[in-house]
Amino acid sequence: MAKSSFEEKLDANEFVVTTEVGPPKGCDVSGLVHDIDLLKDKVDAINVTDHQSSVMRFPSIGGCLLVKEQGGEPVLQVTCRDRNRLALQAELLFAHSRDIHNVLCLTGDSVDVGDHKEAKPVFDLDSVQLLRTARLMETGTDTSGNELKGAPQFCLGASVHPGADFIEPQLIKFDKKVEAGAKFFQTQGVFDLASLRRFMQYASQFDVKILAGIIVMASARMARYMNDNVPGITVPQPVIDELATAEKGKGLQKGVEIAARFVKTIKEEKLCHGVHIMAVGNEKIVPDILERAELISVGA
Amino acid sequence: MIVAERKSLEEIRRTIAPYERVLIVGCGTCATVCGAGGEREVALLHAGLRAMEARSGEGWHTFLEFTVKRQCDAEFLDALVDRVREVDAVLSLGCGIGVQAIAERFPTLPVLPGVNTSFMGMAKEWGVWDERCAACGDCRLAETAGICPITRCAKGILNGPCAGTKNGKCEANNEMDCAWVLIYQRLEKLHRLEDMRRYYPPRNFRVIPRPRRIVSKAEVAVGGNNG
Ligand code: SF4
Ligand code: SF4
Repeated sequence: MAKSSFEEKLDANEFVVTTEVGPPKGCDVSGLVHDIDLLKDKVDAINVTDHQSSVMRFPSIGGCLLVKEQGGEPVLQVTCRDRNRLALQAELLFAHSRDIHNVLCLTGDSVDVGDHKEAKPVFDLDSVQLLRTARLMETGTDTSGNELKGAPQFCLGASVHPGADFIEPQLIKFDKKVEAGAKFFQTQGVFDLASLRRFMQYASQFDVKILAGIIVMASARMARYMNDNVPGITVPQPVIDELATAEKGKGLQKGVEIAARFVKTIKEEKLCHGVHIMAVGNEKIVPDILERAELISVGA
Repeated sequence: MIVAERKSLEEIRRTIAPYERVLIVGCGTCATVCGAGGEREVALLHAGLRAMEARSGEGWHTFLEFTVKRQCDAEFLDALVDRVREVDAVLSLGCGIGVQAIAERFPTLPVLPGVNTSFMGMAKEWGVWDERCAACGDCRLAETAGICPITRCAKGILNGPCAGTKNGKCEANNEMDCAWVLIYQRLEKLHRLEDMRRYYPPRNFRVIPRPRRIVSKAEVAVGGNNG
């Protein structure tokens, strides 16, 4: 089976750029399609989030189909929060059948952080087990050892948190994900190049591609909010201070500057194999970041 | 032990509404220790219901009190035989097992729960109870330094922490410790970190075919991967 264009670029050691879009709450997908159109030719792949922050939305797989329809390259995000192993395997089969092969395997946020706090958290599998499940399915077998009629093929990704305040247990998990067959990693948001450098020193022993996660801040207020409310994220004080220097109404512009600087440094120092830009609702500024980081030419 | 919390007076009052004479039955074991349904709580509830009825001017119930040693054991329920003859319903302050044991023992008697059975746990400090075991039927504590990831991790995951942990706390509740941080720290002290590096396959939920039964008198069922 032919590799996805994203996988080909990973294999060719190109510096890859991915970004992500969040599906709407509701069935009006016009905004989503608009974002996809804006981004599809500027990046190497677009992730579609899976009920991000445990907020019920249009599904990732539906968004991936739209990315394909618009001529882009999707990355399906699959979390273990809402589905047991039957449903997860079924989704993977369906994805393959629609020529969606890039899959980011995640445990998923806790139900408690979302908008359906009374829902049953599933977590029948975790991210490591999901990676292994997908690799097993590629050999033509399901998790109960039954034969599959037609085996799927994936380019599997996972996430890792280089900026975690207690990194050792996260590194053990990272090792397990590598062993389980993850080929690429899109990291959680990194705000501090020192922790990224330390992580890359560790990760370079493995034959996997690391895409540094860059979260674009829209204001110092947003950064503080994320510190208080977003699982695992800590925006360092210097970044908050820099955001705070922005004139009123120009916070996002400052956030774009900071993100572009990060991307540029990562690219120039060949720190990682690529970047994953998370604009959380401000997708339209992603091309701007790439231009400033000189990853695409102005007006491209 | 089993930890429970008393239901609100309003809810209890709604459930007992159809019955005139109600026997409030406490339990002398877990429900006593966790302060949800022992002799003392039976008396307090009795007084509370009376006061509430007096205030509303609808005080037509008759209440009786009694606390058995253990509601979940049929032998201790004999003490109820004479008492239940005088009432229209039993309000049990035992756990869900106690309620059902009484219902099974007295087939024609309405039995109502007065507490919400919450979990299996222990006292962290006086008045604070923490869950410790979900009776998963396939105990992993040997591999997790004696800290249960199934109950203490909000996601019950087996291969290490999620990325949501911060300051050693859990993403689902920043007052609760992240189980996997605790497990890592204790394994490190025990020089057993390799236990965490091992891959743990998906849990076997077939060991939980509800309702579960353990038969220990004849051939003992082996634990672990059986159904
Ligand atoms: S692993 Fe299972 S049996 Fe052991 S303490 Fe945790 S829930 Fe209870
Ligand atoms: S923060 Fe820790 S305890 Fe909470 S869900 Fe994640 S791994 Fe589990």
